Amino acid sequence: MKRLSMRRLLLGAAGPATALVGAAIIIVALLLAAGHNPIDAFVAMGGAFSDPSVVTSAINQTTVFYLSAVAVAIGFKMNLFNIGVDGQYRLAAMVAAAFAGMTAMGSLPGPIRIVLTLLVAMAVGAIWSGIAGWLRVTRGVSEVISTIMLNSISTAIIAFLLTPDMWAIQKGYNVSTRPITAGGQAPNFDIGSGTPLFSMILLGLLVGVAYWFLLNRTVFGFSLRATGMSETAAVASGISVKKMMFYAMLLSGAVAGLVGMPELLNGTAGSYSLNFQTGIGFTGIAIALLGRNHPVGIVFAAALWSFLASSSNALQSVNIPKEMVAIMQGVIVLLVVIAYEIVRRASVVLEQRDVARQLDVAAGSEVAA
Amino acid sequence: MSHEDRPASAGMPVGIPAGADAATSVPVGTMTNLAVPAVRLTGITKRYPGVIANSNITFTVRRGSVHALVGENGAGKSTLMKTLYGMHRPDEGVIEIDGKTVNFGSPADAIAAGIGMVHQHFMLADNLTVWENIVLGSEPTSRGGLIRSKQAIATIREIEERYGLEVEPTSLVEYLGVGARQRVEILKVLYRGAKILILDEPTAVLVPQEVDELFDNLRELKREGLTIIFISHKLDEVRDIADDITVIRRGATVGTADPKTVTNRELAEMMVGSELPSPQTSESTVTDRPVLTLTSVGAADPDGRAVLTDISLTIHAGEVLGIAGVEGNGQAELVDAIMGIRPLSAGRIELGDDDITKMSTLRRREAGVGFIPEDRHRQGLILEGTLWENRMLGHQTRRPSSNGWLLTRAAARADTQRIVDEFDVRTPGIEVKASSLSGGNQQKLIVGREMSSNPRLLIAAHPTRGVDVGAQAAVWDHLRHARAEGLAVLLISADLEELIGLSDTITVILRGRLVGKYDPRTVTPQQLGSAMTGADGVGHGSVAAHEKGGSPGTGVGPSGGEPDGPPLGELGRHSQSNDELGRR
Repeated sequence: MKRLSMRRLLLGAAGPATALVGAAIIIVALLLAAGHNPIDAFVAMGGAFSDPSVVTSAINQTTVFYLSAVAVAIGFKMNLFNIGVDGQYRLAAMVAAAFAGMTAMGSLPGPIRIVLTLLVAMAVGAIWSGIAGWLRVTRGVSEVISTIMLNSISTAIIAFLLTPDMWAIQKGYNVSTRPITAGGQAPNFDIGSGTPLFSMILLGLLVGVAYWFLLNRTVFGFSLRATGMSETAAVASGISVKKMMFYAMLLSGAVAGLVGMPELLNGTAGSYSLNFQTGIGFTGIAIALLGRNHPVGIVFAAALWSFLASSSNALQSVNIPKEMVAIMQGVIVLLVVIAYEIVRRASVVLEQRDVARQLDVAAGSEVAA
Repeated sequence: MSHEDRPASAGMPVGIPAGADAATSVPVGTMTNLAVPAVRLTGITKRYPGVIANSNITFTVRRGSVHALVGENGAGKSTLMKTLYGMHRPDEGVIEIDGKTVNFGSPADAIAAGIGMVHQHFMLADNLTVWENIVLGSEPTSRGGLIRSKQAIATIREIEERYGLEVEPTSLVEYLGVGARQRVEILKVLYRGAKILILDEPTAVLVPQEVDELFDNLRELKREGLTIIFISHKLDEVRDIADDITVIRRGATVGTADPKTVTNRELAEMMVGSELPSPQTSESTVTDRPVLTLTSVGAADPDGRAVLTDISLTIHAGEVLGIAGVEGNGQAELVDAIMGIRPLSAGRIELGDDDITKMSTLRRREAGVGFIPEDRHRQGLILEGTLWENRMLGHQTRRPSSNGWLLTRAAARADTQRIVDEFDVRTPGIEVKASSLSGGNQQKLIVGREMSSNPRLLIAAHPTRGVDVGAQAAVWDHLRHARAEGLAVLLISADLEELIGLSDTITVILRGRLVGKYDPRTVTPQQLGSAMTGADGVGHGSVAAHEKGGSPGTGVGPSGGEPDGPPLGELGRHSQSNDELGRR
């Protein structure tokens, strides 16, 4: 048994490792083809992290990516493709920012304000994804289609609400929600790097642990995974697939609602404005794939993504376009998906061989007896 | 499991069909080369990861004979036939066809050498006609690239006449019954000029009458000089049709037998190395305590067509109620209705004294319904899950799987180990994935799981389908044991011997209705077969329903339904129906 789990571990690591090596080779080839010196490129990228503030902001960004990827992964575990994390987190961040910035909030104690803000964000995210879930369960509308459309709708709603006539204030050329007043934001950790470390990293940690616990330790999580692995078996086992779908969508949306919270509650602006980070929902899809929907795997995937992104500026200093990083990220995801499939097939064959060997031994002893 | 896989296509197109030519040339060859065997395999060895492969198999088939290849599931029959059909190369050994050593790279080579394979599962396009299906892949074309349909139909009619295979070439396959579909499959390989036919468990999907028809066809083929390799594990049939028998066990040839002198017992002993298990149950354990009661249950498919009509039955504690029927006559729908997977359009279901008509599947399971589904890969297991995760499946809300909302993994693991030990699931451990186990061991795991929560009612749909003889015996043992302990069992099976052996009462389902009740001690497979196809005059109880001595009325009876019920050509998920249904 020990040998089995050891092998499982090795095989699990083999996938991403070979994918990364493969990606490195392809990237070197690309750089050479474009007339750049790959060594310069890698030195520049690595050198970027000699600045501790770059490292800190990369860690902060990792938290954001992580939350987004977990939101996507919850759907993936159920074979639901929640493309709408992007719209869910933007709408949730906007509404939560407007809520947190309300003058009435100023009279409440800080921790309560933070918790309320988080709850509002989760609720809005869940409602928004819940629409897609409800459509899927009652009308059979593919969540892929509905969440894409809901992304556009949320963009329109944000544009409508983010006007001085509605919930926003004009600040120069920018419009933003009313900034959160003192005490309404979460404190940051000053680690002496010049850039503060987001305290919302703890939220990411909490979400990760909760995700792991839910999936692996609860009946709900078991039902969720079972439905994802075999819908027909789930039905025969008394699991209500429709209910699970709806709940999974709600949960995915609730976590998606948290994606904007590090920036809102830890960021300097303390508001939702036109400058608010967009597109993280889509990044989350790639990271969830890379991390195999595993709570720890996603941590590494999110970190890799974030660190690659933060090193892109350094590339420009050696006259290499920073888009090269986007190419790297794309190559990695593609190779990882391929490598995972190969490893999966290999492990199936190995395990079957094991079982067959076991049976042979049993058969041998029968003959002997 | 990979050795059970069927290829996606029956074969590659090869040149111009030579059906007529081949047939005329065969008798000549027979006269001249009678001594040379049609097929001779020598020392065939094939190694595979994860399955029992072939080791040093020797297999000789006389020309113009029916040669049966028998063995348990997984004994290596399919692997050997795949070798002969060119689907893979043997690691060692020699294949000789008509005395010439051949080396097949693909099924196309095998077809060119005159070998044809009729697969167990039909590979026909429903929306094409018979002749279109037959020529598919080797269409006779004019120079302009148009299909010469008249020529094709004429050739097919010629082949049909020569071999006495009756199917109308211009009818749509969709309207054909199982027997006719099989004839189309045979015609497909004959059209491609096959002189050696491999039939892979051809009787598995047939009712007894259709089996007789098939055997008449095979005898005709033999008379015309063709050679037939007949794969089966139904010993009666093998002794009926075969001229020679070769038995293989655990990938090796055990020996040959003469069908005229060998007995079933001797054959079985060769197959399994021990005595053949029998599904016989001992004395009746039927009580008068009803466990499951269905009252006038009806159900419809999404299009509103009735798939179950006026089903009333009662199963008592300690009673096994067997349901016989041609697949697709409502068995799957009945199971779904009782499990709460399919909503009822009418009627009531009671478990003990409780009305469970409106209960969810989960609540029914919690109330004590065990379920061995017909398709274990789709419904019974999470193939990617470990054995202990599969232990929890369907029991996820109960101990030892959980305390209601938190999983109790240690307890679940321990109980899985218990099932593995008690039910003899052959596995290196409980952490392996369910997909790694052989079919028989998967089934033992499912049976163990479903028996583990003190069920009151067990629904067993085809519990021994696709499992080897050893596992079959084990499953039968467990069913008998459960019955003796007072469990009520609903047994659905296509294996009439199994139904007759295990059941206390047998009822026949036809077009979604229960059409008769039989005493397994007196009924013959032929009688059941007639009732299953409606050949006994729509079956509505016209075969006398025998009342079993110790069995209080089971409440199953002729439903009294009108013979002019909805003309359901096909029911439910199975599009295959029998000939009689098809012609309606």
